[in-house]
Amino acid sequence: MITVAGSQAFIGLVYLIASALFILALKWMNAPPTARRGILAGEIGMVLAIGGTLLQLGIDGKLEHITIAYGWIFLALGIGTAIGVPLGLVQMTAVPQRTALSHAFGAFCVTLVGTAEFYLGTSTIPAFKMSVLCVEVILGGLTVTGSLMAAGKLQEILPQRPITYKGQNFVNLALLASTAIIAIFLIRNPGATHLYPVMVGVALIVGVMLVIPIGGADMPTVISLLNSYAGLSAAAMGFVLNNKLLIVAGALDGSSGFILSVIMSKAMNRSFINVVFGAFGQVAAAAAGAAEARPVKSASPEEAAGILAAASKVVIVPGYGMAVAQAQHKVRELYDALTKRGVDVRFAIHPVAGRMPGHMNVLLAEADVPYDRLIEMDDINGDFPQTDVSLIIGANDVTNPAAKTDKSSPIYGMPVLDVEKSHTVMVIKRSMNPGFAGIDNPLYYMDQTLMLFGDAKVFVGNIVKELTHT
Amino acid sequence: MLAAFIGFEVIKRISPLLHTPLMSITNALDAIAVVGAIVLVGRHESRTALILGILATIAATSNIVGGFLITDRMVKMFKSSRPTKP
Repeated sequence: MITVAGSQAFIGLVYLIASALFILALKWMNAPPTARRGILAGEIGMVLAIGGTLLQLGIDGKLEHITIAYGWIFLALGIGTAIGVPLGLVQMTAVPQRTALSHAFGAFCVTLVGTAEFYLGTSTIPAFKMSVLCVEVILGGLTVTGSLMAAGKLQEILPQRPITYKGQNFVNLALLASTAIIAIFLIRNPGATHLYPVMVGVALIVGVMLVIPIGGADMPTVISLLNSYAGLSAAAMGFVLNNKLLIVAGALDGSSGFILSVIMSKAMNRSFINVVFGAFGQVAAAAAGAAEARPVKSASPEEAAGILAAASKVVIVPGYGMAVAQAQHKVRELYDALTKRGVDVRFAIHPVAGRMPGHMNVLLAEADVPYDRLIEMDDINGDFPQTDVSLIIGANDVTNPAAKTDKSSPIYGMPVLDVEKSHTVMVIKRSMNPGFAGIDNPLYYMDQTLMLFGDAKVFVGNIVKELTHT
Repeated sequence: MLAAFIGFEVIKRISPLLHTPLMSITNALDAIAVVGAIVLVGRHESRTALILGILATIAATSNIVGGFLITDRMVKMFKSSRPTKP
C-alpha cells in the first residue's frame, strides 16, 4: 500500500517532469530536424499531466470520501478527441482559421473553468484568488469571441474589410475600463454573483469589438496577440487553482504569442497599440484615390517562360494570393522545371506574408519545396541586385518600394523586399486592383516590371507547360 | 515568472520558418487547462460545475488532439534538399 504522502510526492514529480518536457518541446521546435522530437516530448508531457491529475483525483476521492465521476471524464475526453481529429486534418490552406478557432476553444475551456470556480466559491473567495480569476475570465472571454471573429474573417464567413466607426477607440476603451471596474468591485465583494455574468458578457463584447476593425494584412499580428491572451488566461487559471504546471504552460504560450506579435508588428513597422486600435484600410483608402491608369507592361505565359529559362538566378516572392489560388503545388512544379534547367531558384519570405506567422513556409513545405530554399527577408534582400528575375506571386504590399521612399504612404517605414533591384520583375496578379491594404504599388509601373495578369495557379501552370515542352 | 523567462529565451531563437507549427504546438500545450476541467468533472460538486467542466474538457481535449496532430503533419512536411531523395 502506497502512502498518501508518497503518492503526493510522486504526483509532484510527474508534474515537474511534464513541465520540463513542455519546455523541451518548445526548445526542439527551433529547427526542423528536431521539431518532431519536440512534438513527442509535448505529447508525453500531456499524457503524464493528465495521468497525474487522474491519480490525484483518486487520492482526493479516497481521502474525502467522494465518488469521482470517471465516466463523465472519459466521455468528455472521448468527445473532445472525436472533435479534435478532424480539426487536426484540415487543409494546410485552412491553417490560419483553424489556429484562430483553437485559440477560441482553449480560451473557452479556461473561461468555463473560471466560471465554475467562481460559483463554487463565491463569497468565500479570497481577494488574490478573485483577482486572478477575473483576469482569467476577462482575458479568456475576449479571446473566445475575438478568435471566433478572426476565424470568421479568415474563413470569409464575415467580411474581411475592416469595419470602423467614429469614436471606436473610445468605445473599446470604455468597455475595457468597465470590465476592470466590475472586476475590482467583485474582488471586494465576491458575493455579488449577479455582477459576474455582466463582467463576462462585457468581456465577450470587447473581443468582438477588438477584432471588427482588423483587416486581413493585420491578421498575423492579431492571431499572435490572441495566442498570447489565451496563454495568459491559462496562466491566470494556474494561479487560481494553484497548479504550477498550468502556470508554466500558460506562461510559455503567453510569452510565445507575445514574442510573435512583437515580431509581426515590427515587420509592419507599427506599434502594438497601432495594430489593435487603428484600422489600416481607412488610412490607406485616401492614398489609393490618387492612383491613375498609368501604362504597365504585360506579358504572356510564353514570354514569361522564356525570360525565366534564360535567367540564372530567380527569386520567387509568394504572398497571400498564392494561398488563395492554392497555387503552391504549381509553384513547386515551376521550381522543379527551372531547377532542372540549372536555374538557381529561391523563395523570399516576408515575415507577414500571408495571414499568420510562418504561413508561406507551411504552404511551400506542403508542396514539398525544401525548406533551405526558403529565405527570410533580411537574408535575401542583399541578393536582389544579383538576381535576374524576381517572380512575385500574389504578394503586393511586402514588395512595395513606396514603403522606402514615399513618406506619405501609409506603409512608409515598413520593411519590404527589395525586388525592384533585380534585373527583371514579374508580377502575377489578377488585375490592377490595389492589394488588401488598398495601396497603389509603384513597382508595377517600373521599366523592368512585367505584369502577368491571371489566376496565379493557372498562370504558373501555363509557364510550367511552356518550360517542360520546349 | 521563471517559466515566462525561459519561454522567452527559448522562443526568441526559433526560426521564423517554424512560426506556424510553433503557434499550433503552444496551442496544444495551452490545452493543459484540461487538468483543471477534469478535476471539476471528477469532483462534480454541483450540477453547474459538472456541465461547465464537461464542456471545458471537450474543448481542451479537441485542442490537444487536433493541435498535436496538425503540428506533426506540418513539421513532417519540412524537408531539406540536402539529403538527396531517390
